[in-house]
Amino acid sequence: MKFSYYPGCSLKGVSNNYEQSLYAISKALDIELVELDDWNCCGATSYMSINELLSHVLCSRNLAIAEKTGLDLIAACPACYVCVNKANIYMTEDELLRNSIKGILKSAGLEYHGTVRVRHFLDVLVKDIGEDVLSNLLKNSLNGIKVACYYGCQVVRPWCDFDDQEMPIKLDELIKILGGEPVKFPLKTSCCGGALLTTQENVALKLSYKLLKCAVDNGAEIIITTCPMCQINLEGYQRKINRAFGSSFDMPVIYFTQMIGYALGVSIGELAINRNFNYKRIIERMHV
Amino acid sequence: MERVLYVDETNLFLEEVCAIPGGEKVRLCIQCGACAGSCPTASIMDHTPRQIFAMVRAGQKEEVLSSNAIWFCVSCYKCTVRCPQGIRQTDIMYALKRLSIRYKKYGKNIHEPALSKAFISVVNKYGRNFEPEFLLKFFLKTNPFRLIKYMPFGLKLLSRKRFSLFPGRIKKRKEFKIVIDKALELGEYR
Repeated sequence: MKFSYYPGCSLKGVSNNYEQSLYAISKALDIELVELDDWNCCGATSYMSINELLSHVLCSRNLAIAEKTGLDLIAACPACYVCVNKANIYMTEDELLRNSIKGILKSAGLEYHGTVRVRHFLDVLVKDIGEDVLSNLLKNSLNGIKVACYYGCQVVRPWCDFDDQEMPIKLDELIKILGGEPVKFPLKTSCCGGALLTTQENVALKLSYKLLKCAVDNGAEIIITTCPMCQINLEGYQRKINRAFGSSFDMPVIYFTQMIGYALGVSIGELAINRNFNYKRIIERMHV
Repeated sequence: MERVLYVDETNLFLEEVCAIPGGEKVRLCIQCGACAGSCPTASIMDHTPRQIFAMVRAGQKEEVLSSNAIWFCVSCYKCTVRCPQGIRQTDIMYALKRLSIRYKKYGKNIHEPALSKAFISVVNKYGRNFEPEFLLKFFLKTNPFRLIKYMPFGLKLLSRKRFSLFPGRIKKRKEFKIVIDKALELGEYR
């Protein structure tokens, strides 16, 4: 199985542990990821807040490069996934937009014909790999660890076609197959505060607090995420949240690729778990 | 007798919002409130999303573009998937953000425009985001004191080797610049 892989800025920066675990688990699953040549930023929420056309154009350049490979384009960051998907879908729908973008790309010697399929890595695990393959490859059972599967907003909305958009269960099912115990987690697709953490800190901390509290109240020992923003907000700001709300959360937050990778026998070092903040607590809770 | 069509601000504002792909659908809003009920930040908005959409249709440009609601939208797309009329509400919120910036209507305590501008200036330069420079630019513009408060967090990330002190750049910067300049030439919309 071979895919074109769009890392995005986060996976080359604060979430490089996500990328490392992504490569490690792909190797274990015999998935070949070919990094998109000379990719650029997806524009995130910032470009869309200032200039709509420019936001779509940034993503189209990536799509044009991806089209040449003839492979599906895999993103691991949900923000990249939504942005690139949005440009792709709106270009198909809207002739005016399509023609503007084609003209702009042409001036730089690029072209895009709308044939790329944009997918998230979780989609690949669910649809292309599947439960049977994963259970056959199981090496370290997750030993009944209680996991809150936190999908976040954008991996399922607005375009997810591999799971439910409000109450997804596919990741829960994968964790169960690997010996973990997914807990009830009603806020599994609620927002962590996202970029508001930088601009409206109090608002964002409250949203992250609710998520952590929901996980703890339901008996979770660890939270797994599919999104760099969720991971950094819930892990990196936990102390601040404790100070602000008088709570005493001590909740490890890791990427779903790190947890699944561990179950598939990938070493802790290869999964870059030592780059997470509360490394010791993770090791303890996962009974490594 | 010739009929004179009355064109007022009301129509113009609504037209501006309708100019995005799928924007026309805002006219179909039935005021059911599914958006307000789904929104994670509705409780701190001065107007809920449902009210915002009614105000857009009523042409209350000034009130809508100076509302804090449009900036508290976190792009979680819950309203968009729930809307029974198929209105892409998150996209409408983005359109309102752009109009609020264009007409300089956002409040003093709204820092999102500065954040977006800092981000864009960094990405336009390197083709990719470079977190330290982006945050430095943003804090210098809004609240330099927060830079100091951010230091321990930054050092912790650095000690975990979770960011580089050098920006990652794309190779074909000329091609990238042509694409950006051409898009800017065409303006903000299709």
